[in-house]
Parts: sequence; C-alpha cells; structure tokens
Amino acid sequence: MSRYAILIKGIAKENPVFVLALGLCPALAVSSLVSNALGMGLATTLVLIGTNTVISILRNVIPDKVRIPCYIVLIAGLVSIVQMLVQAFVYPLYLALGIFLPLITVNCIVFARAELFAKKNKPFDSIIDAIGTGLGFTAALVAIATVREVLGHGSWFGIPIPGLAENSISLFSMAPGGFIAFGLIIAVISKISKGRAAKLKESGCASCPSCAACGKGGAE
Amino acid sequence: MDFSSLIIIMMSAVLVNNFVLIQFLGICPFLGVSKKLDSAIGMGLAVLFVMMIASAATWPIYALLLAPNGLGYLQTIVFIVIIAALVQLVEITMKRFMPALYKNLGIFLPLMTTNCAVFAATLLNVSAQYNYAEAMTNAFGAGAGFLLAMVIFAGIREHTENADPPACIKGLPLALFSVAILAMAFMGFGGVVENLFG
Repeated sequence: MSRYAILIKGIAKENPVFVLALGLCPALAVSSLVSNALGMGLATTLVLIGTNTVISILRNVIPDKVRIPCYIVLIAGLVSIVQMLVQAFVYPLYLALGIFLPLITVNCIVFARAELFAKKNKPFDSIIDAIGTGLGFTAALVAIATVREVLGHGSWFGIPIPGLAENSISLFSMAPGGFIAFGLIIAVISKISKGRAAKLKESGCASCPSCAACGKGGAE
Repeated sequence: MDFSSLIIIMMSAVLVNNFVLIQFLGICPFLGVSKKLDSAIGMGLAVLFVMMIASAATWPIYALLLAPNGLGYLQTIVFIVIIAALVQLVEITMKRFMPALYKNLGIFLPLMTTNCAVFAATLLNVSAQYNYAEAMTNAFGAGAGFLLAMVIFAGIREHTENADPPACIKGLPLALFSVAILAMAFMGFGGVVENLFG
C-alpha cells in the first residue's frame, strides 16, 4: 500500500469514529465546543504518533506474549508526557478537557493502531498511519462539535453566528445532545454511502480491537 | 465522618452524574454489550466489582505513596498498571475458587483493563480529594449507576430491535437516539440531591 493510501484511509475509509465506532467516550464528551474538540483531537494525534513510532521500532524486541501489558505501560507513559505538555503550554485546554486527557490511555484507537498496524510495519509507515488516524479522529470530533456548538451555543469556534446566538438549543450542549448529534451524523454517512460504511461499524466490543486482542474476541 | 455526605456522594454518582448517560464514560461496552439483558447484567456487575477493588487499591497508593513524595504526575501510568494487574489477579482467583461466578462474569473481566469507566472512577476519587470511605462510596455509586443504565438500556434495546426504522437509522444511530432520550430522563435528577439532603 502506498504511503498516500495509508494516510487517506485513516481519515475517510477507516475513520476511527464514524466508521469503526471506536473512541466514542472522548468523541462525545469533549465535543460541545469546537475548540475543545480540536485540542482533544490533536492531543490524541500526538499520543498516536508517539506510540506508533516506539512500538514499530520495538516490534521485534517486545515478546508477543507480553505485548499487551507493554503497550499499556508505553501508552500511559506517553499520555502522561502529553498531559504535562498541555498543562504547561495550553492551560485553558487542560482545564477544559479535565479527566479526558489521562483517559486517552484507554482510548481504543491508540491501542488498535498499535495492535493492527505498528506491530507489523516499519516506523515511517507507522508514523504516517498515526497521522492519518489522528487526523481522522480530529476531523470526526470537529464535525460533531460543529453540529453541537452551532445548535447549542449559536457560535462556531467561539465566533457568534448572528440570528442563532439568541435562539440556541441548549440541549445540544448537554449530554443528550451529544448522542443525538453523533447519531444524526452516522445516519447521514450511512445514507450517503448507501449502507457501505455501516457494515464495519456494528458498534461496540466486537469491533474494538483491544477486545479481540484480549483473547476473548468480544463479549457477546 | 458524616454519614449524610456519603449518601449525597452515592446518589449523585448513581443518578445525577451517571457515568454513562451524563459523563460519557464507558460508552463502548454500554453500546456493545447491551443487546441482551443477561449479558448487560453480567457486564454491569463486572464493572461494579472491578471499580470497587480498583478504587480500594489505587486510593491508598496515591494518598500514601505518590502524593507525599510529589509523584502525583505518575498517577496515569501507576493506576493503569494496577488496574491491569488486579484484573489478571481477579480472573485467576475467580477461575480457581469460584468457577460458577467465573462462568458468568469471566468473559467480561479482560475488557475491564481498557474500560474508561473503571479508570475514570479511580482518577475522579483522587481529583475530588475524597477520603477512603467517600472514594469507596463513589466507586460503588458509579458502578451501580453503570449497571442501572445498562439494564434499563438493554430493556429498551430489546424492544427497538423489533422496530422497523429507515435503513440509515438502523443499528447504531437508533441506539444513540434511544440513549439520548434516556439521558434526558436522567437529567431530570439534576438538583434532586441538593433539594433532598442539602
């Protein structure tokens, strides 16, 4: 597969959120404002690039049997680094993301790319895969946040939209709005792609590679 | 220690700040394992159980080991390793001594390591500066809230499976819309705790 194809597949054909239904917790929780969504997406991208690079370099060193604990420790370490960087340089974002910053550790997407790609590919390809997947995740978050911020706050990226700002539907900035906005976007994608995207995204554990990796292959 | 403060923490964790419906934690297992009622109960019980023992183990380590030595920044990596080790330990112990229970809960245990609800509960105990009793109450409340949401949603889902929506709504979007309505219902609990016990 060419490098360009690796980059593009993470953004569109195998979009982690909209097609594979992975990483839903952060996708719903920090998507009430576009600025938070963008910050979360970029933080996750940073972690992804780090883990994919290290795991790809160490792919012949880590024994197969203990790879999962190794990945978990490695991901947690990199998340701590990113967390401290965000705290030091973008403090408002650190406060806005709160607990969801350390929770990148248990984001299925990071684990999935390590297990499905970085484990068997060269470092440079793995970095490209990480960038593609990270951008796909960021794009998905920004898309959900756009719907929620425009409808819930009447603004986009903090810029008020005339006419909407006075008549915002505050439900969309709260929890139920997140579920509705995400459901709507998936329905639209499924309509446009005529159900082709739907085959992959049978939700939950069956599609979550960290569950397949745990040896039980999903819980149903 | 004030008993009523424990009740407030408990009520707020189960109803007002429900982990799944209000705080968006543990969405993947919530959507993935809620197709059948009995597997939903199994998953919910496993989360409740692991959340309790994980909080019981991580709180003392943070309060006695990390915080006094200025190592608070290590909490992410330390907590996830403790949770992973505990889950393994519980699985082995349960398999050996409680095979009947293992048969029901065993398949859900390995999923707990990467469950964000469990990890979040341990982090929230620390960031909210709870004492040990409050932390355990919060963990129990969060787990019970997860179980409650899971059971209610499995009931709803068994009915929506028979519905005949437009093709593009079928599956995940329909489930998400149902969760949204359930979350709206839980928003009604906002303010209950303050008014009853405040």
